[in-house]
Amino acid sequence: MKHRRFLLLSVFLPVVLSPADSHAMHISEGILPFSWVLVWYAASAPFLLWGLRELARRSAVDVASKPLAGMVAAVVFVISCMPVPVPMAGTCSHPCGTGLAAVLLGPALGVVVAAVALLIQALFLSHGGLTTWGANLFTMGVMGSFAGYAAFRGLRSMGAGLTLAAFAAGLIADWATYGGTALIMAAGIRGTSPFWPLFGKIALAFVPTQLPLGVLEGAITAGMVSLLHNKRPDLLARTALAPRRPEAP
Amino acid sequence: MKRRSLVLAGCILLLSLAAAPALAEEKWPGIDDAVVKKIAREHGREARPSLLNFGEGDLQLFMFLLAGAVGGFVAGYCWRALVEGKQKRKE
Repeated sequence: MKHRRFLLLSVFLPVVLSPADSHAMHISEGILPFSWVLVWYAASAPFLLWGLRELARRSAVDVASKPLAGMVAAVVFVISCMPVPVPMAGTCSHPCGTGLAAVLLGPALGVVVAAVALLIQALFLSHGGLTTWGANLFTMGVMGSFAGYAAFRGLRSMGAGLTLAAFAAGLIADWATYGGTALIMAAGIRGTSPFWPLFGKIALAFVPTQLPLGVLEGAITAGMVSLLHNKRPDLLARTALAPRRPEAP
Repeated sequence: MKRRSLVLAGCILLLSLAAAPALAEEKWPGIDDAVVKKIAREHGREARPSLLNFGEGDLQLFMFLLAGAVGGFVAGYCWRALVEGKQKRKE
């Protein structure tokens, strides 16, 4: 056991200690025109309100729901701040964490935790921006959470194992986030250019970095979900992973 | 097994230490620079500096450390109320 720790440490230490600049993947301040800023704020708002109502409803039944959502928000914040270099692309980016949040808390609360993480990043880390917060919330929170949750539930209903379904949730959430970013970027900056060629260009530019990072995010999600399932099944009783109660006769 | 793992761990550490200066010199642009800002610039949209600038480096780290310490203390102090609720605690 001890030598495994040495091995893990030797892999993680260089990643932490190696000098590297930190970069974000969110849409930066000022890139979207004001009209599109309003559109994406308006598009994200109902999902955020739904998530907040869901949080209030759950915490009325189980008061520990809020600390759990807070801890997942902290995890999403840290995961989405973690720059990962992708040597084959020569760039770096980071996972989103919303697939994990959607699996653990459900997609509506996934939007809430993404909103908190994105707000702190925009305020203090210059990741994303306040004007582009709505757009970034729509891609990472709404598209990431719902796509990840749909993948998870879909695979589970087909009889897939927990780890495989969690892997797919992380992978699909990551790719959906970047697909959404390409869509929002193309719609916002195209001017008089046609939409689809620009969308394809942006989406293709994301591929070399996000293709492997999506796989990494799937692995992180699968690892964390299966670890929680094995070590703290009591925590999962409060999450979207809890077995559904049979309906009363 | 143990010895092999230790040797492997040592090799990874040595290799990464040797590669660190090269990695430091070589810039790994973030995907925001490499894709988002680049394509936006091509279409006449330039990224602006953040509306709120809290600086970088040690001050930012200190603020995060302070916020973490205060938040952690408050969460720890109120942990039972957070997890069990005020009503249950009074009972």
